[in-house]
Amino acid sequence: MIRCHDLTVSAGGVRILEGVSAHAPAGAITALVGPNGAGKSTLLSVMGRLLTPDRGQVTLDGADIATLPRRDLARRLTTLRQSTRIVPRLTVRDLAGFGRYPHNPGAPTAEDRRIVEACLADMALTDLADRHLDTLSGGQQQRALIAMALAQDTPALLLDEPLNNLDLTHARRVMTLLATRARAGRAVVVVLHDLTIAARFADHVVALKDGRVRAEGAAAEVLTGPILGDLYDAEVEVHEIGGLPVILPI
Amino acid sequence: MRADVLLAALAFYLVSAALFLTLGARGDWGFILAFRGEKLLALTVVAVAVAVSTIVFQTVTANRILTPAIMGFDALYILIQSLTVAALGAGAAGWSGLPAFALETTLMIGAAGLLFGLLLRDSEDLNRIVLTGIVLGILLRSLNALVTRMIHPSEYAFVVARSYARFNSVAPDLLWIATPIVALVTAGLLIGARRLDVIALGRDPALVLGVDHRRAAIGLLVPVTLLVAVSTALVGPIVFFGLLVSAIVHQVAGTWRHATLLPAGALIGAGLLVLCQTLFERVLDMQATVLVVIESIGGLVFLMLLFRRARA
Amino acid sequence: MRLGPLIAGFALLILASLLLGAGRLDGDAPWLLAVSRLPRTLAAMLAGAGLAVAGVIMQMLARNRFVEPETVGTGQAAGLGLVVMTVLAPGSALWLRMVVALCFALAATAVFMALVRRLPPRDPMLVPLTGLVYGGIIAAVAGFIAYENDLLQFLDIWMNGEFSGVMLGRYEFLWLAGGATLLAWAFANRFTIAGMGEEMSQSLGLSYRQVMATGLCIVSLVSAVTVVTVGMLPFVGLVVPNIASRLSGDHLRRSLPGLAAGGAALVLACDVIGRAVRYPYEIPVGTILGVVGACVFIWLLQGRVAGQGRHAR
Repeated sequence: MIRCHDLTVSAGGVRILEGVSAHAPAGAITALVGPNGAGKSTLLSVMGRLLTPDRGQVTLDGADIATLPRRDLARRLTTLRQSTRIVPRLTVRDLAGFGRYPHNPGAPTAEDRRIVEACLADMALTDLADRHLDTLSGGQQQRALIAMALAQDTPALLLDEPLNNLDLTHARRVMTLLATRARAGRAVVVVLHDLTIAARFADHVVALKDGRVRAEGAAAEVLTGPILGDLYDAEVEVHEIGGLPVILPI
Repeated sequence: MRADVLLAALAFYLVSAALFLTLGARGDWGFILAFRGEKLLALTVVAVAVAVSTIVFQTVTANRILTPAIMGFDALYILIQSLTVAALGAGAAGWSGLPAFALETTLMIGAAGLLFGLLLRDSEDLNRIVLTGIVLGILLRSLNALVTRMIHPSEYAFVVARSYARFNSVAPDLLWIATPIVALVTAGLLIGARRLDVIALGRDPALVLGVDHRRAAIGLLVPVTLLVAVSTALVGPIVFFGLLVSAIVHQVAGTWRHATLLPAGALIGAGLLVLCQTLFERVLDMQATVLVVIESIGGLVFLMLLFRRARA
Repeated sequence: MRLGPLIAGFALLILASLLLGAGRLDGDAPWLLAVSRLPRTLAAMLAGAGLAVAGVIMQMLARNRFVEPETVGTGQAAGLGLVVMTVLAPGSALWLRMVVALCFALAATAVFMALVRRLPPRDPMLVPLTGLVYGGIIAAVAGFIAYENDLLQFLDIWMNGEFSGVMLGRYEFLWLAGGATLLAWAFANRFTIAGMGEEMSQSLGLSYRQVMATGLCIVSLVSAVTVVTVGMLPFVGLVVPNIASRLSGDHLRRSLPGLAAGGAALVLACDVIGRAVRYPYEIPVGTILGVVGACVFIWLLQGRVAGQGRHAR
């Protein structure tokens, strides 16, 4: 379980997050939603200790992440940012293999290899495993990055807009995988801009606007017309089609 | 034409020249003036050549970070010099002065047209062009070292061409050829100043206005190459000075019209070079290192321009 | 790439290096081999391997394919350190001069890396461009000091890479470059992760700072040792990693041995060419590398590779 206590972050004189307190329970998918510039990516970065807040703290199962040793944190928490660009020319398998580094910095063991192959298979990348990243499409690269994050196999998983560049099938596949991982007891936090997906897969939702938490709670309670309308300053309708929520702007 | 700017530039030059001629002079005035006068002429001619060629080159390539020297023009010229010496027999007597200069310059114009015409085709990725140009310059300089070594393998202490020019050893007969060339070329460019203004607008607007940008660009490569050849033949390679002058001129001229830019650039460049030489020679007594400092400052300006552009 | 022919080719190269030279191999052959030919061959291979590895490390740290120590100021700073030492303490021991050169190289490279961090990542060409001008300015400063102290001719000789002065007792410091290569191999995974960026490093639990510091030290050490012992060998650290990357990718743990071998082969080959092309005179290897390396660099800059550089950013 990840808890944020009163986080404040500024950059270049601009307040990006103001007094944000939220939590991401274990065994569930938490979606961070909100309009552009709300601070979702920043919040995720702070949670992953990629950014230091001006004030406040983040605790992981009660421990302040600021005090955790680097390796330790990497074994407990994985962060995948939206803006990740991989410059070195690696194969898909190599990239995913690096996900095991925090657990085993030396030569990969049989167990490491098994985990990596399983994650590659989960992301439907087994056929592409020996291809170099720069020969792949944006969506395939994204899947490779997700495979790497999955291979890191940590109790907490933070993903910033992981579904970018992914088509319908793969997007659903990723969310289903994350849901399985969540059920197994992990805390999964995802920044999503597609509210329908959030409604379908998230258990817990944190809604941000202008750097503050506007609403937090169970998905069904937060992802409602009035709250979303206030969040996005637009009229939003929540329909139900075949028992599954569909959220549309008007 | 901004008369006020031109007058200020002229005044700057005249003051610098006067200082150069008179400062710290002791002894026979006749001799001193003649001696220094020749040096003054050399400095002026070189500065004008570099300044004008850079400004025109920047107009043609539509950016203020390139100079012919950055693209390796000077290295090309030196290489051609070495190659002609190699081809026609090392140290052939009488191989200097006008015939040598004419042959080398002709070869250079041809080679430059070929080489840089190819490079400047894809003018989108500016930084890539600049980088290629710099490496091309390195290649040409290395080739020159190779050729020199092949010719004089037993010259153990052969010094690879340095990047500072030598103003104290300007060949007088070359100077008398160079001066009219530079004067004529500059005059010719001035006459075509309006066309340069149109070219500065860019490829498409120029086409609309009836100027074939590509043909004009290649055509302008000839006077630019000629000017670079002259300055390199006179004193050696100068890389960043043109950039410095161009940056200053664009800053103070207050106009983009070449009718002002070119003469102002010539005058300011000449004044600057003469002033610096005066400073170093008379005041600081650190002779031939003028250009080291200017080149270093110019290099910093280059970096600044790159960063500013990158941030934009 | 089949391994057999490559190894055979390499062995032939070494043989050529041992056999080629102005002196004749007769009665004195063992002595000549031991004192001059073998050290020279070893020096070329050590320097080449070290520079190739230093190049790839710098590329990982700067996250840019077109940098290497000899073209972004590291080598030039080592030269500057040499000049300064010669001016201030002319009779000092070689190891002391090397240490000073190392410090200068370290400082200059650290500054360059700091500069690189401020550059916008969109434009991959800006980094090597900045490096070249930065290196040029350092070289100009060194030249200025040399000129003022009548050392200009010496500076040129020092800086122009050549192996003709190498013999037993005059090249041993290059084994440090070999040692640095081994160290780099031990740290290979860390450098690859660092090459993926600071955030990825943090996410995987790596101390980016530590890796950067280690990398800087290795790069500066190799460069300083090479410059002080044999002079500047340009483009090795650029050409070999780029070609290796195209052939087999950037997983350093796997590609490092090939890189080292490639660098060794390149420098050795250029040295052999330099000795052969105007026999019995020698063309310095730095000059040959200047031509060969620059050509390959220009080729790398055009076409697909540059486009890939843009895409991967």
